[in-house]
Amino acid sequence: MIQFESVAKTFTTGGLPALHDVTLSIAASEIFGVIGRSGAGKSTLVRLINGLERPSSGRVVVDGQDVGAARPADMRALRRRVGMIFQQFGLLSSATVADNMALPLRIAGVPADARKARVADLLDRVGLAAHGHKYPGQLSGGQKQRVGIARAIAGDARILLCDEATSALDPETTRDILSLIADLNRDLGLTIVMITHEMEVVREVCDRVAVLDAGRLVETGPVADIFLRPQAAETRRLLAQAGEGHADHADFPGRVVRLTFEGDAIAQPVLTRVARETGVDLVVLGGHIGRFRQGRYGQLTLGVTGDAEAAVAALATYGAVS
Amino acid sequence: MIDFDSIDWSDIGQATLDTLAMLSGSLILTVAIGLPLGVVLFLASPGQVWANRVAHLGLSLVVNLLRSVPFIILLIVMIPLTVALVGTSLGVVGAIPPLVVAAAPFFARLVELALREVGRDTIEAVTAMGATTRDLVLRALIPEAMPGILAGITVTAVALVSFTAMAGVVGAGGLGDLAIRFGYQRFQTDVMIVTVVLLLILVQLLQMAGDRLVRHFSRR
Ligand SMILES: Nc1ncnc2c1ncn2[C@@H]1O[C@H](COP(=O)(O)OP(=O)(O)O)[C@@H](O)[C@H]1O
Ligand SMILES: [Mg+2]
Repeated sequence: MIQFESVAKTFTTGGLPALHDVTLSIAASEIFGVIGRSGAGKSTLVRLINGLERPSSGRVVVDGQDVGAARPADMRALRRRVGMIFQQFGLLSSATVADNMALPLRIAGVPADARKARVADLLDRVGLAAHGHKYPGQLSGGQKQRVGIARAIAGDARILLCDEATSALDPETTRDILSLIADLNRDLGLTIVMITHEMEVVREVCDRVAVLDAGRLVETGPVADIFLRPQAAETRRLLAQAGEGHADHADFPGRVVRLTFEGDAIAQPVLTRVARETGVDLVVLGGHIGRFRQGRYGQLTLGVTGDAEAAVAALATYGAVS
Repeated sequence: MIDFDSIDWSDIGQATLDTLAMLSGSLILTVAIGLPLGVVLFLASPGQVWANRVAHLGLSLVVNLLRSVPFIILLIVMIPLTVALVGTSLGVVGAIPPLVVAAAPFFARLVELALREVGRDTIEAVTAMGATTRDLVLRALIPEAMPGILAGITVTAVALVSFTAMAGVVGAGGLGDLAIRFGYQRFQTDVMIVTVVLLLILVQLLQMAGDRLVRHFSRR
């Protein structure tokens, strides 16, 4: 659905390139995350998809259209198929909720009665049926983002771009918005590109994720791989900063074992069995059970006293040990 | 002793009508010219859809030049142009072209400032919908900036009232002219007081009407 082919972007105002030789491919109907620290080039990457920026070199192809080479009319047609939502929502404060949702339809020349029907659908779809006549200034942050989402998909968008769409929201509202986005992906088959600096956003909704560091793509893969088996130093740093991954316990007097397990192993009585079978004592030094979009996982940091080798071998039958 | 007995009220009535005619004629034209000019100034500024350093600088320079020329000088310098435009440099009609040339750049600047208050995300969101520049301006920028634009019209209208007082120089008439001719040159203090009070009422009404409209269009 979206291809980046050796894309570089340098801003004319000078400075280092914002993006460096980025090649990646986003499939139709997946939720693709892009993560990286502030200034890594995430917004630039997503803005290349709807032509808000043009590549300095390389090609960005969206739904068969070379975005960098698109003529103005083709660009407008493409943008009508690609919705976008923003951290600060970007709503018209002078227009009602319903009129905000109707704006892309108006721009696309949809007749008034069809517009009205579509807006009624959209209001329902995002749970704002009672708020159509209000102005954005009268809504909460979460409600404003719902208006943003409705507006972004109003014209039958096939792709939804989210640039830090939940970064201005509290954790609970963030979860509501993420589940709305996941619903749209499931019900409409929308392809979703989600830019964020929040690891848990990626963990909860994305299928695959790319890690950006100073304009370079350092790692791409399924969310479970990136979270549980990170390769790049930047990925590890982001995980550690977010409190994901294994706890560090160098001060335990015995052997420290890190166990990562996914899927069925979650429901197994791992610790008591291993203790019974090998006769070791296990101390839980840290750990958590988390959830990906596809399935659950656990990460435990264990202190072992007794026959450490036997314990490691037994633990390894349930998951990855390090 | 001021007794108001010697005032010729029909003179004052005529002067009030002349002032209102100059004000309304020049305000309509000022908005008609200044609004698009302000929009172009904004669109040509850095980071906007028509971002163009040279055009923006050139336009800014012209606007600032016209804003910095004292109105009384503009009035005189423009006489040949005024005659070419409206056939006379005298009376209410002759006063309108210099009033517009003085006020339109001033108003355009206020429009540009009002448009700059529109959020970056809002402009990007509308652009990302596939809007043409025309849609962006008419459906997003101007509605969003409406309170600021109306406040700008109010400030411009009040400035025009004080400009019309000087237009007496070209025999345009009006309240300010009356104040100068009778009140100042012939020491008829009563006429001066009445005209000043009428001007004050006019300015006050303009300000109140403007504030009301601004409040009506504010949704933040
Ligand atoms: N319009 C612009 N002009 C100049 N530099 C820019 C512009 N937009 C972004 N940059 C620069 O490009 C780099 C990447 O920015 P951005 O894509 O916004 O990062 P992120 O969204 O990951 O925080 C930063 O160094 C930023 O300063
Ligand atoms: Mg960003």
